[in-house]
Amino acid sequence: MKEIILIKNGELALKGQNRSNFEDILIKNIRRRLKSLGKLNIRKAQSTIYLEPAEEDYDFEEALQRVSLIFGIAGFSRACVCEKSMEDILSKAGVYLKSTMENIKTFKVEAKRADKNFPLTSPEICREMGGKILSYFPHLKVDVHNPDIVVYVEIRDFAAYIRAQQLHGAGGLPVGTAGTASILISGGIDSPVAAWTMAKRGLRLNAIHFASPPYTSARAEMKVKTLLSKVARYSGTINLAIVPFTEIQDQIAEHCPEDYFTLIMRRMMMRISEKIARDSGSLALITGESLGQVASQTLPALVSTDSVVNMPVLRPLIGMDKEEIISISRNIDTFETSILPYEDCCTVFTPKHPKTRPTLELCENAEKGLDIDNLIEKAISETVYTYID
Amino acid sequence: MYLILYIESVDFLERIVYLDNSATTKPCKRSVEYINKALTENWGNPSSLHSFGFSAELSMNEAREKIAKKISAETNEIIFTGSGTEANNTAIMAVSNSRAKKIITSSIEHPSVLETIKKLELNGFEVVRLSCDKSGVIDLDELENEVDENTALVSIMLVNNEVGSVQPIKEAVKIVKSKSAKTLFHCDAVQAFGKMPINVRNLGIDLMSISAHKVHGPKGIGGLYCKKGVNLKPFITGGGQERGLRSGTESTPLIMGFMGAVENLGDINKELGKIKEINEYARECFEKDDNIFINSPENALPFILNISVLGYKSETLLHFLENENIFVSSGSACAKGEQSYVLKALGLDKPRSDSALRLSFSRDNTKEDIDLLYSALKKAMGKIRRSDK
Repeated sequence: MKEIILIKNGELALKGQNRSNFEDILIKNIRRRLKSLGKLNIRKAQSTIYLEPAEEDYDFEEALQRVSLIFGIAGFSRACVCEKSMEDILSKAGVYLKSTMENIKTFKVEAKRADKNFPLTSPEICREMGGKILSYFPHLKVDVHNPDIVVYVEIRDFAAYIRAQQLHGAGGLPVGTAGTASILISGGIDSPVAAWTMAKRGLRLNAIHFASPPYTSARAEMKVKTLLSKVARYSGTINLAIVPFTEIQDQIAEHCPEDYFTLIMRRMMMRISEKIARDSGSLALITGESLGQVASQTLPALVSTDSVVNMPVLRPLIGMDKEEIISISRNIDTFETSILPYEDCCTVFTPKHPKTRPTLELCENAEKGLDIDNLIEKAISETVYTYID
Repeated sequence: MYLILYIESVDFLERIVYLDNSATTKPCKRSVEYINKALTENWGNPSSLHSFGFSAELSMNEAREKIAKKISAETNEIIFTGSGTEANNTAIMAVSNSRAKKIITSSIEHPSVLETIKKLELNGFEVVRLSCDKSGVIDLDELENEVDENTALVSIMLVNNEVGSVQPIKEAVKIVKSKSAKTLFHCDAVQAFGKMPINVRNLGIDLMSISAHKVHGPKGIGGLYCKKGVNLKPFITGGGQERGLRSGTESTPLIMGFMGAVENLGDINKELGKIKEINEYARECFEKDDNIFINSPENALPFILNISVLGYKSETLLHFLENENIFVSSGSACAKGEQSYVLKALGLDKPRSDSALRLSFSRDNTKEDIDLLYSALKKAMGKIRRSDK
C-alpha cells in the first residue's frame, strides 16, 4: 500500500504576496533534509505539500521524524494513496486504518472533493465510508461532535487519499525566510535553546564560540559542536566560528579590576562577534541571556554590553525562567549534552563579587588598560571556521 | 572524528611523558602479539567440542593458570570478566538475596563498588561506610564494632585509586572472620594487582577483583578471584561459561593479552623499588616548592602520587600540561563537579582538592619525566593566572 506525507504549512498562509516565496524556501528545506533518504517526489497544490516516496524501500518512519523537525510546518499527516474510485477507497480503508481504529471508540468521516467530477458528493462519500468502517470495526461508534479520530477522504485531481491522524509539526517559519543571525554559544543550557527559538522564527544560523585553552579543553569544544549538531537538525547547516580567547582573558585579568572581569569579557565578546557576524552575512546577534539570571545579565549589565555593538542583539530567553528554558532544552534534546561538566569560557576567572549595577562610564574606565583594537584584530585573524550539519 | 583530530595534536615523535598509568597503561608488545595471534590463528570458540575449540580452551586455561599463580590462587579460582567494574559488580551482587542484610565498605572505594552497594541499599540492605584517617586508611576498631552475624559482605579496596593508600586487608579479614565466619570478604585490587605482592591465601579473602589494562594489558578484560567453596551467584546468565558464573563466549584474544601482560610483569619487588625511587624523587622536588603540596600519604603505594598546585584549577593545569606532551589526571572528577569524595574523606579542604593532580607511574617512567613535569609545572605557574587571586 502506497503512503505519502501531506504537509499543511501554518503561518505561511498569512504571508500574502510573499507566500509562494516562503513555500519555495520550505520545499527547498524539506528537500535538503530528506535528501539522504532516497528519491522523493514533492508536489505543491492548494496550500498542501505532497511528499511521495519514489522508491520501494523508502524509510517512511524516518522521513516522518525528520519532517516533524522542520520549521514552517504546522501539521502533517500520513495518507494512503487510492485510485479515484469508491471501490478502491473502501477496500483500502480496512487495511490502512486497522492499527489506528483498534485502539479508539468513536470516529467520524470528513470528505473533501477538490475534483468536482467525482461521481459522489462529499456527504455521500462520508456515508459510504462511515458504513464501511463500521462493518470492518464493529466496536466503533460514530460521533460527529467529539470523535476520538477524524478520518479524512480527499479526492484530488491526481489521486484520492485516506488519512486518519493529524501530527503536530514544529511550527514557526521556514529557516532562511527571516535572514541570518549569529548565536553566541558557550556550551551551557541557554544558548542552544536561544538558537533553536530564533531558527523557529525563520532565521538561518551562524554560531560563534570562544575557546580559552588551556582553561578550556578540546572536550568543551566538542561539546559545543555536539550541541550545534542537535540544533542543526531543526535549523539546517550552521557555520561555526571558534575564536581564540585566552589572551584576551589573561589581559583582562591583568589590567582590569576584578569585579568587572565578566562584564568586560562580555563586551569584548560582543565586539568580536559583531565583526565576525557582519563578515559572515548575519544581520543580528543572538544570545541566551535571561534577565537577572547571573550578574552579567542584569539590566544595567545588558546596557553596558549592548553599548559596544551597533547590531540588534536578539535575546529570545530574556523573559523566561530557568525551568522553562530547561524544559525546552529537554524537548530539543540538548539538555544532557549541556550539563556535561567541562569548563567553558564564561566560568574561567569568575569574580568573587561581580558588579551587578555597572555604569557605562565605569565600564569604559575599567577597560582603559586594554589594547582593545589589537586584541580584537588578533583574535579574529586566528578564528577557525567549520560547518556543523 | 574529533578524537582523531585530538590525537593528531599530540606529536608522538616528540617525547611523551605519560603519568596517568592508574587510568590505563600502554599495552606491552607481548600482550599485543598474543592478542594478534588469538585473532588471526587460534580464534576458535573455547566451548566448541572440536579440536579447534579445544586449542582455544587450552590457551585460555594457560592464561588462567598464569594469572592465578600471580596471586597464589588455584587455576579454577579465577573467573574472567569484561572489566574490573564487572568483577566488582559480580562479587557484590552475589549477596543480593542473602539472609544477612548488612554490608560494610569504606567511604573511599571506587564508584563501581560504591554505586553497586547503593543499589543494594535501596533494596533494603543496611550499609556502613567506614571513615578513614588523614592517611586514607580505615579504622579497624570501627570495622570490629560494625561486623556482626548479620553482615553479608565486607568490601574494602587494597589500594586507593586517587591517593594510593594501602588498606590493612589481612588484619581486616581476621577481624571479620573471627566475629562472623560466614561473612564474605571482597577486595577490589584493581590498582594493586601487579604492583605489589598479593597472596590471596595469606590475606584470607573470599573474592578479589583485578583488571588487565592497569598492568600493560588490553582494556575490556578483568578477573574475579573466587575462593574455592564460596558459593557465588552468576551476575550474567546464559550458556554457562566460566563454570556457570559468567556466561558469554570468553574473549580469548583479550584473555591472551591479559596473559602476555602478566608474563611481562617480572619481579614485582624489584619494580616496586624502581617506582619508589621515582616517587621519592618527585616528593623531594615538590617539597622544595612552596606552592605544591603532597596529598598522598607517606605509606601509599608509590605507583600513585597525588599533589596539589595551590591556586591552579586541576583541569586548567591538566590542559596546560597536555600541550607540553605531559599527561596526568585531575585529582577530582572535574572542575565543575563535586569535590573529590576521596580527598574530602582524607580531610583536605576545597582549595586543595580543586587543584589536585594525580600522577601515576609505570615501569616506563624515569626520573627525567619528573624533571620535565616539574619544569612544566613551574612554567604553568608563571603563565596561567591563579584562580584564587
